[in-house]
Amino acid sequence: MSQTSDAFGKADPIDIDSAVSVRGVSKNYGEVEALRDLSLEFPRGQLTSLLGPSGCGKTTLLKIIAGLIPATAGEIEIDGRKVTGPGPDRAFVFQDFALLPWANVLRNVSFGLELRGVGKSEREAVAEKYIGNVGLSGFEKAYPHELSGGMRQRVGLARALSVDAQVLLLDEPFSAVDEQNRRKFQEDLLALVRNENKTFIFVTHSIEEAVYISDQIAILLPRPSRVSEIIRPTSFRGTKADNIRRSPEYLDIVDQIWASLRNYVE
Amino acid sequence: MTLFGYRLPAMSSLILWAAVWEIVGLSGWTFFIPPLSEVITTLFSVIGTPAFTKALSQTAYAFGAGVFFAVVIGIPVGILMGKSRIIDELLLPWVNIFLSAPLTALVPVLMVLFGFGMKSIIITTTLFAIWIIILNSRAGVKQINRSLVEMARSFGASPLDAFFKVYFWAALPEILGGVRIGVIRAVKGVIIGQLLISIVGFGALFELYSNNFLMAHFWAVLIVLFALAFSLSEFLGYLERRISYYAASR
Repeated sequence: MSQTSDAFGKADPIDIDSAVSVRGVSKNYGEVEALRDLSLEFPRGQLTSLLGPSGCGKTTLLKIIAGLIPATAGEIEIDGRKVTGPGPDRAFVFQDFALLPWANVLRNVSFGLELRGVGKSEREAVAEKYIGNVGLSGFEKAYPHELSGGMRQRVGLARALSVDAQVLLLDEPFSAVDEQNRRKFQEDLLALVRNENKTFIFVTHSIEEAVYISDQIAILLPRPSRVSEIIRPTSFRGTKADNIRRSPEYLDIVDQIWASLRNYVE
Repeated sequence: MTLFGYRLPAMSSLILWAAVWEIVGLSGWTFFIPPLSEVITTLFSVIGTPAFTKALSQTAYAFGAGVFFAVVIGIPVGILMGKSRIIDELLLPWVNIFLSAPLTALVPVLMVLFGFGMKSIIITTTLFAIWIIILNSRAGVKQINRSLVEMARSFGASPLDAFFKVYFWAALPEILGGVRIGVIRAVKGVIIGQLLISIVGFGALFELYSNNFLMAHFWAVLIVLFALAFSLSEFLGYLERRISYYAASR
């Protein structure tokens, strides 16, 4: 494992510009210890995956960063400000999309701005733009039940983008999307990370997905959760999306991660 | 339904039962059941009369006010019970008791408390309707998808926004179901109120007609009342179906 770290470069906490810092976070549910003294830095403008077997607390960590559940100990800082609850600097993309079923695509995408008190014409103009960006132009008047799973998640993504938060939190966003749509989504997400200059925190249980899209992968191990390893792929990040899955480094990292996770799979 | 290869229109069984009524009425078996045709002609002659319009407006007023208070109090209380553990613990036993209690027995108490006028009738109507509306609103809120609640919180919804823009709409299918049943119960409430508390409205007409053995009149008013209650319930059922497209996909 030390070889892997040398080859791919371990995260050096000193020279990173962190958008989000997790410091010594613990979370207990009664007797159960979900997270213990977990620390992690999320570099600005990059995508960090939280990867681990189920029950390793990756979604819990994401929701603590979102301010949706309080940590038992430790603190989260975003641009130096302590997190005490949900805030406009973060936007969440949900695993089950969490769309308003009674509202059309336009209202769903602009709902985050609506809650922030932005006027109707202004927020709908912003929403139109992001509906176009995620490739849903022409579906503004459609209702969620008329869309496929992949399209629904595009609505969820557009909603998160339109509030212009610095940090995007994605909780297994593609797990309820079919395989072909997921691949298209992953390619689009790469372009998004490059163009939007936002910090993405991405929870997934798919090793291939994590390696494909991440600038930094944090491997979490369960009971209680801790960061066991941080991997930063280097060679294929700049290449074209089509070539990533053929890169030797991509294949090596996938194998390495599987080797360290296989013992934890029941 | 099809019969001998012919498709029967909806509610065609009503025609059969109307025929049975007509025959029983014509046979003169009991004064209590006059022929349906006589009831219908009486119905049309009664509808225009001042006594009938007065009864209708009094009943509609008591009914409308009673349902209004049941809805305006019942839905928020139900939603609060669904969202707050403490309020739920405090109120749920009472709601369940009143839902199944024989409310008619409470009417004399209401008369002592609120007098013999319209106020008591309206309160009786509200008491008949409100409990099922509370329970259904509570159930509707309890089944709201957890991630919708988290979505509202993560995008910074104020409690008021979350209430009016998310919880209410997410619970609307159940709420409307509760209102529909509540309205049907309110029809019972308003008539019982008008019979027991003060003899006004349709209650007064029932008293008048049955005491004077005007059975055709009695049945005519009863048919009007049934038709009103049925159309109201069908209208609310229609609204429920209108929003059922999202009830399944929440």
